[in-house]
Amino acid sequence: MKQLLTGNEAVARGAYEAGVTIGSAYPGTPSTEIFEALAQYDEIYSEWAPNEKVAAEVVVGASMAGARAISAMKHVGMNVASDPIYTHAYLGVNGGCIYVTADDPGLHSSQNEQDNRYVALHAKIPMLEPSDSQECKDMIGKAYEISEKYDVPIIFRMTTRVCHSKSVVSLGERNEVGIKHYERNIPKFVATPAACRRHHVELEDKLQRLEDFSNETNLNFTMINKDAKIGVITSGISFQYAKEVFGEQASYLKLGFTYPIPKQKIKDFAANYDSLYVVEENDPYLETQIKALGISVLGKEKIPITGELNPEIIASALLVKRPDYVQQDKALVKGRPPTLCSGCPHRGLFFELSKRKDAVITGDIGCYTLGSADPLNAMDSVICMGAGVSAAHGFAKVFEQTNDNRKVFGVVGDSTFFHSGITSLIDIVYNQSNCTIIILDNRVTGMTGHQENPGTGYTLKGKKAPIIEIEPLVRSIGIEDVRLVNPNNLKEVREALNAASVFEGPSVIITKWPCALKKLHEEEKKEYPVTEWVYLVDPDKCRKCRMCLKVGCPSISFDPQVGSYIDRNTCVGCSVCAQVCPFDAIEKAGDA
Amino acid sequence: MITCKNILLVGVGGQGTILTSKILSTGLLNAGYDVKMSEIHGMAQRGGSVSTQVRYGEHVNSPIIGRGEADILIAFEKMEAMRWVEFLSKSGKLIVNDYEIESAPILAGKETYPEGVLETLSKKTSTLVIPATKMAMEMGNIRVMNIIMLGVLVKQAGLASIDWKKEMNNLIKPKFVDINLKAFDLGYQYNIKGY
Repeated sequence: MKQLLTGNEAVARGAYEAGVTIGSAYPGTPSTEIFEALAQYDEIYSEWAPNEKVAAEVVVGASMAGARAISAMKHVGMNVASDPIYTHAYLGVNGGCIYVTADDPGLHSSQNEQDNRYVALHAKIPMLEPSDSQECKDMIGKAYEISEKYDVPIIFRMTTRVCHSKSVVSLGERNEVGIKHYERNIPKFVATPAACRRHHVELEDKLQRLEDFSNETNLNFTMINKDAKIGVITSGISFQYAKEVFGEQASYLKLGFTYPIPKQKIKDFAANYDSLYVVEENDPYLETQIKALGISVLGKEKIPITGELNPEIIASALLVKRPDYVQQDKALVKGRPPTLCSGCPHRGLFFELSKRKDAVITGDIGCYTLGSADPLNAMDSVICMGAGVSAAHGFAKVFEQTNDNRKVFGVVGDSTFFHSGITSLIDIVYNQSNCTIIILDNRVTGMTGHQENPGTGYTLKGKKAPIIEIEPLVRSIGIEDVRLVNPNNLKEVREALNAASVFEGPSVIITKWPCALKKLHEEEKKEYPVTEWVYLVDPDKCRKCRMCLKVGCPSISFDPQVGSYIDRNTCVGCSVCAQVCPFDAIEKAGDA
Repeated sequence: MITCKNILLVGVGGQGTILTSKILSTGLLNAGYDVKMSEIHGMAQRGGSVSTQVRYGEHVNSPIIGRGEADILIAFEKMEAMRWVEFLSKSGKLIVNDYEIESAPILAGKETYPEGVLETLSKKTSTLVIPATKMAMEMGNIRVMNIIMLGVLVKQAGLASIDWKKEMNNLIKPKFVDINLKAFDLGYQYNIKGY
């Protein structure tokens, strides 16, 4: 049967067909849908872990226990997971084990553009790179065979365009490989220095044999066009782009197994072409290794390292072919910067923070990064998951040294707090700094598209789960000053910020209200009743002062002649603008 | 070179580009074409510019195209048509919904919505203007605008032989199927005036 699947869906299907029984992951664009699809298969136990390191450790354990296991993460998630992954390379597997890394060339939804092919090289883990959805599915099966045959975990490297493009996939049947027998094996699975000195030697030997495999496998194949003068060496989505650009003018060496690279196969292919191009996205991963073989190739001298590639960029770089297109009239195009949604519970908090011009606000990864955007502009830093908490501590400690009395606030979402904010908060309690951490509990993992997390009461599979309550958790680690507020109530927010500002020592504010787009669970509907009203501007009372525009709500527009206007179709009745209006011109009106 | 057809669908997050391209690409697959479709998730729900590319033919390589390669650019919003017009081939066709969605800075009165977008576009390229949002509102549901536009697209792309009603039955929630089937017919039969 043929279906149109995204690369992500195809990876999940490949895992199903390969007899995988367990998976653990943390959401992250562009990898998230792999586990949303995996959760649909009853034969596979799958879960959201609090973070990627936990997820990776779960699958190491599952693999040791004999199951075929999978984890998936975005590229920066692999940084979090790298501790277990690097040592897993030494220990090897019982059941096959795959780590999917979904890189994001072009930073569609990420904070950097790192090329995780270097992780394979660095961690000494064999790597596969699919170029379309059919390959995604088929190569997962192949990866499990390699993992078990060579006793190694596998890195399965995808990019946004492979993850999120749909292409035709022929489906197969599930191969029930079962779960292998487990027996305690101290020399193999206990990573002591003595064991790992031996493991490292063994791993280098495995990599030698894997290089032989790389030269033999049809995962690395040539596509020869008889009269072609150009040879192209490529992998991943760049293969599809290269075929688009060069067609039959070139022959191709398409690498699907890219660590270790097939040195002999590359030499043999290169010998036939005077013009040899390496077409790859981001860093010169292949190019550097091919040049080290003494082969002269053209790559990053012409093809940009930064940004996502497409056929046009490759054609203009290598064929000096300029596209012929209808010119845009730039004056008639305005940007559409993303904003916090209508009724977003983050708005009230950031509006109040935006008024404190002397505060330092360390931000974190999530929708609330948009607190840094106009008109709120209420943020000093965003680095990575959890840094909203720990960077606040760093600021506060330096301010102690400089006798700077600026107040430091750190903001972090609920899911991000569970991910890596807890250890950071422990640092603040342990080493006592005078900062306030604000946990924005919107009852869901929002930015990645509404996944459950340890605080929501449900699992990835939709089963009920214990709710990890944030307030008792932060109290239990020694935060004495904890305030729970409704972020849509500006007075409450203001008072909490004022109190925290004068409190000496670490404190926490929890803003608790569900994401405006969240499909509420039954029990949540009682706690957070759906508003049956909207707010509208009374044009007679509006003095055109524009105060309501400072909350940055997309439901509010302004016309210098008429004043402010609220779109009743998109207003969700949060009332934040009404609380801001100095003339009471914004009033509650009937049902939506 | 293998030829394939390229359709670029653009709009603003929430306008239904993804469902439209899903129906389109599934119909093309079931009609026996090789199909690739590419979309970017992420910020779209938050009022951003969104685009989906659908490519079909005997064999498709790249899921995305460069500038000047779309055979049809179908825009659910006027300014988005101008934003993406460089992807249209010089011999391509623009189908645009006569509708404005203001961006956050425009709403806040910091910028103004550009004037004369359709006039300028129609001077640059073959442009078909459809009042699809108005038609959808007259039908009683603004959200079926995308399916009205799909009806127009199917006619313009010469894809009427595909059983679109079957695809819509499979991909649209049952309680919305009827109104969407009507919207499709309305779009398909709409007597287009060039700009």
